[in-house]
Amino acid sequence: MQTGKQECTQKITLNNHVKKIFITHHQIISPLGFDSASNFEKLKLKKTGLKELKRRNGNVYVGAKVDDDELDTAFSKIGIIDNFTKLEKMMLLTIQNLLDDSNFKITPNTGLIISTTKGNVDCLDPSSPFYKDEKRAYLPTLGKVIQNFFNFKDEAVVLSNACVSGVLAISVASRFIRQEAYQDVIVVSGDLVSEFILSGFTSFQAISSQLCKPYSKNRTGINIGEVAAGIIVTGDVAKLNENSIEITGSASCNDANHISGPSRTGEGLVLSIKSAVKEANIDLKEIDYISAHGTATAFNDEMESIAMGRLGLTNVPLNSLKGYYGHTLGSSGLVESIIGIESLNQNTLIASLGYDENGVTNELNIIKETEEKPLNTFLKTASGFGGCNTAVIFKKATTNG
Amino acid sequence: MDKQVYISKYCHITNNQVFINGELVFENTQTDTTKNYLKSIYKSLDIKYPKFFKMDNFSKIAFLGAEFLLKEEDNKNIAIVFSNNASSLDTDRKHQDSINDLDNYFPSPSIFVYTLPNIGIGEISIRHQLRSENAFFVSEQFNTTQHNTYETSLLTEEKTEQVLGGWVNIDNDEIDVFMYLIGKKGIEKYTKENIQNLYNK
Repeated sequence: MQTGKQECTQKITLNNHVKKIFITHHQIISPLGFDSASNFEKLKLKKTGLKELKRRNGNVYVGAKVDDDELDTAFSKIGIIDNFTKLEKMMLLTIQNLLDDSNFKITPNTGLIISTTKGNVDCLDPSSPFYKDEKRAYLPTLGKVIQNFFNFKDEAVVLSNACVSGVLAISVASRFIRQEAYQDVIVVSGDLVSEFILSGFTSFQAISSQLCKPYSKNRTGINIGEVAAGIIVTGDVAKLNENSIEITGSASCNDANHISGPSRTGEGLVLSIKSAVKEANIDLKEIDYISAHGTATAFNDEMESIAMGRLGLTNVPLNSLKGYYGHTLGSSGLVESIIGIESLNQNTLIASLGYDENGVTNELNIIKETEEKPLNTFLKTASGFGGCNTAVIFKKATTNG
Repeated sequence: MDKQVYISKYCHITNNQVFINGELVFENTQTDTTKNYLKSIYKSLDIKYPKFFKMDNFSKIAFLGAEFLLKEEDNKNIAIVFSNNASSLDTDRKHQDSINDLDNYFPSPSIFVYTLPNIGIGEISIRHQLRSENAFFVSEQFNTTQHNTYETSLLTEEKTEQVLGGWVNIDNDEIDVFMYLIGKKGIEKYTKENIQNLYNK
């Protein structure tokens, strides 16, 4: 029996027979562009998708939304625009782009994982064209729409675990493949900027009326954004290409502290990173870059700084991508992981937009300017409501080793 | 090493009864509201945890199920894997009602925070001090294949020693909770079929 402080992962059997898991392709649909490549190019130029937008009540806020007309034009090539919600169109188009880009064929051995916090919750709003379809706001309905469109054999694995969902989905995909439930998995994530979300975060007084400033002394809260992202995950080395990235370790540990505020000690995040690093069988020193959560709220950023300080990671180049996309909720972890993957492949660190002066207890090595640098391994972290934290380690795949 | 996983305990909560390992332990057919029904279960547990009264109905049912299964448990290395059909819609609708009318607009942070299904997992983690792996899945019906795959991976990859798993659904005041604790010891082998049979019981 154990007492006192409990590590979430006691021991990882380091076993050479553990199947290696890879990401071979990725796609993004965001206000910055409708594929991963154009998104990364915009980030290199410090272009943000955030801008001033208007709430229903006329109030101005800063957020990032995918243009409806642009989406419909792109979607009309694959489906009937009026039959699908905005989120469905974003997710379906993401998967279609993944398939077109990769020549990947969905088989009965391909799993589907959907990461979202709120799905089609905007259909609860009486102004929604789907308001009368009372099943539309249910997440299994969203799963069914995506499953049927692409003829996946099995019901979708719909993951809804607050703001860690997008990173956790990568971890869940690896685990399903290791258990041989599937040979490959397509992960798609998405959430919308809805009145539901804006009103809620405003009631928390967490929304900023300016561009967000993660880790800065002058930070004033979060911006909400919308993005869909998708990846192909495989355990089949025959499917790898020169840009494939290995998922070497992952873990999620709860803070067990507070449902809406992060732990002051960063305990859950520290445990998650330790466990992921242990599974990846690397030393903390081997981490070349950290793609952190950095929502630009006082509590979150401070918690991350405490956690990074405890782990001795404050010198590792780190960014938050919230200054480009805003907080994209259930999609944030996936889109930010994709940018991290591109960073590895292009050996380029992306500047943490919005940062000026240090505003956290343990000063972090924030990436101030986009720069080229040889990169091999990066750590992605996320934390969210419900006290959840997730960490995943990615490294360049050595296809011949 | 013995890889066999066992079900050590399970519970059902319905709209008027609670069963532990299939045996009726609580019944209340008299209450008017879900809130009062859940309060009566809480009272029967003879615990003092005022935070319970701040929770939404979804977190309350999750909390109560876990209370029945974890109250004599000392191990803290227990992952939580839940699923349901309605996610947090039961509370989402309350938040939506508060913002539909611009002249009567009163979104509340204490409701909004519960518009995520994993908050129930957070409440259990705080109560039992579990700094463990969490995941919340949503499916049409209780999907024992998804649960079995994910829970088995957490146990075989030694991310946890035990898993508190189950189906935790509340939708328009209809309660359907089936929760189980699995690990190295137990009363029945942990298989998809056994879990499905116990759920149907």
